[in-house]
Amino acid sequence: MTAEVEETIKRIQSQKGVQGIIIVNAEGIPIKSTLDNSSTVQYAGNVHQLLMKARGMVRDIDPQNDLTFLRVRSKKNEIMIAPGVKTI
Amino acid sequence: MEIVYVYTKKRSEFGRQCNFSDRPAELHVDILPDISLAANFTVRDPCNVTVQCAEEMSEHEVNTERFESESRGINHVEGGWPKDLNPEDMEVTIRYRKKVEKDEHYQNTIMQIAGLMEHCCKQNNATDIYQEFFEEEDDEVVEESEEQPSAKTINVFRDPNEVKRTATSLCWHPDGNHKLAVAYSSLEFQRAPNDMSFDSYIWDIENPNKPEMTLKPVSPLVCLEYNPKDSHILVGGSYNGQIAYWDTRKGSQPAEMSTIEHSHRDPVYKVIWLQSKTGTDIFSASTDGQVLWWDIRKMSEPFERLVLDPSKKGNLDNALGAVSLEFETTMPTKFMVGTEQGLVVSCNRKAKTPAEKIVCTYSGHHGPIYALQRNPFFPKNFLTVADWTARIWSEDIKESSIMWTKYHMAHLLDGCWSPVRPSVFFTVKMDGTLDVWDILFKQNDPTLSLKVCDEALCSIRVQDNGRFLGCGSQLGTTTLLEVSAGLCTLQKNEKAMVSEMFERETKREKILEARHREMRLKERSRSEQSREDEGKEADGEESTEELVARAEREFFDIMEAEKKKEWNEERQREKVKDEKGVCEEKDFQEEHETNGIANAELVSYSDHVRNPFYFHNLMYF
Repeated sequence: MTAEVEETIKRIQSQKGVQGIIIVNAEGIPIKSTLDNSSTVQYAGNVHQLLMKARGMVRDIDPQNDLTFLRVRSKKNEIMIAPGVKTI
Repeated sequence: MEIVYVYTKKRSEFGRQCNFSDRPAELHVDILPDISLAANFTVRDPCNVTVQCAEEMSEHEVNTERFESESRGINHVEGGWPKDLNPEDMEVTIRYRKKVEKDEHYQNTIMQIAGLMEHCCKQNNATDIYQEFFEEEDDEVVEESEEQPSAKTINVFRDPNEVKRTATSLCWHPDGNHKLAVAYSSLEFQRAPNDMSFDSYIWDIENPNKPEMTLKPVSPLVCLEYNPKDSHILVGGSYNGQIAYWDTRKGSQPAEMSTIEHSHRDPVYKVIWLQSKTGTDIFSASTDGQVLWWDIRKMSEPFERLVLDPSKKGNLDNALGAVSLEFETTMPTKFMVGTEQGLVVSCNRKAKTPAEKIVCTYSGHHGPIYALQRNPFFPKNFLTVADWTARIWSEDIKESSIMWTKYHMAHLLDGCWSPVRPSVFFTVKMDGTLDVWDILFKQNDPTLSLKVCDEALCSIRVQDNGRFLGCGSQLGTTTLLEVSAGLCTLQKNEKAMVSEMFERETKREKILEARHREMRLKERSRSEQSREDEGKEADGEESTEELVARAEREFFDIMEAEKKKEWNEERQREKVKDEKGVCEEKDFQEEHETNGIANAELVSYSDHVRNPFYFHNLMYF
């Protein structure tokens, strides 16, 4: 199972234009990262809040709706965030 | 109909205590409706009623007190680790991470979202959704647009001190244009209040609340310039004549200052960086009449000095006070100085003797020349701003400017060319207006005139992209304005048209100059010739006044003779009239008239005589 996970991650990393991948768990701890530690920590810290806000907004407008993907486009690059699925 | 209630009271009852008593209401007047009056009116049908189906809104304005804000950052530290784990410990964290990776839930989730992520990555790679279409066509489209030239204020930077000083000079940061250095001082002679701060500031244009950096000179700075090669170095000329330079990395105090003995004796009005191998040369000008060259590494004394003496003797007492300097890096041997007396002096740096340094002067202004700048596209033409006009000059024509604006109601205090358009320049006036002139569009009036503030605007600088400009006012308020795109994009054929215009005006002035020279030559030759003629006469050489006096005397003698003759004739005619009667009157009148004309001729002749050109003609009679 872990091999598959590794393989998937490698596949994404090899896509054109991908600078790095960070996997963060629910507590905000970066589990896996291909970037250096300080950047990882920065991204991990900021992304969590943004994700909460975005998800909150989507559900506020329509409670049946849920956030599937978040893209943050900036002048220099784009940050793509996929929120994990929460199972009860 | 007036409704009146009349009551009477006895005089003796005045002043008595009031005794109130109740009584039922009495009807005094009852006006009943009079139906016959309705005949004067008609029922309006249909009625026009306006109804608006919208929310009722009212406008309110609120102005809060000035709020000082500061930008701060937060430092992220790792968190989220379970309590018993020490995040600094590498081994423990790795072990924890490995444990999480083995979790089934984790793996399932990753597989799910990885799929999603891959899909989006591929999407990104498939097409560039942010691609700029019509990019090349953009430039042409802009030219066709007939937008009105406009400018709007982006930001206002106020002097944070209580006692306001004039923003005398501005300088944009050489790279990036994100910073603006402003020099503050009080230029009014001896009117600077005692507690006036000497500081000058460097502002970040994004933050108008607080200056990014303070420069603390010994005396207020009148001018300030960034080193175009090294953006950390600034040099400033101060009110007491000293020059100081700062390194922004080293702090607010000047890195070095020039010694008082060798500095200027008057405020340094302009300081410019020179083009040199070391990039450390500057030259400065001041109203004490000197232009000094310095190397900032050795500020103890200037390495060269020039005294602006028009008689070329280097005499400081005769010197003209300099108020502005001009130096163009494409012409490193020449520079120009604008003086307090209204002359522009063009100088050559490489001349061997000090006398040769001053090449020529251009006169035409009535007051100190506050701004002097060559056109960035046509360096042979330069702009001067002084008294109530702005003038454009050509280097070849020394007698007058080739183009000039009309005389305005307020003094013009500063001006500069636009670095992107050869036909556009900006001026600021004492009444707080900013004028944008486009000489290809309109020569008589500014293309755009904006009232920026109520007090005088003392300085203006345009950014290198020609889009933003900063202007400083008398109360230390610096306003950042953005001009519309039409005023900062080069139009097609603009360079050719402007060059044609300058050439045409230069030619006109040349012709006028040639005419003047011719007239002067003629006059000179005539006066020489007449002097020769007089040499032949017995009187020998006479001065002009004597000649004029003699001409006058002779003329008046002639007049007197004529008058006497006429009078005699009149007397004769009267005698004849008495004898001949009324029928002769007509002839008499005619004669009178002709005599009248003769008188008129004589009178106009006297005007001619007064004119020195024409008295020579009289001599020949």
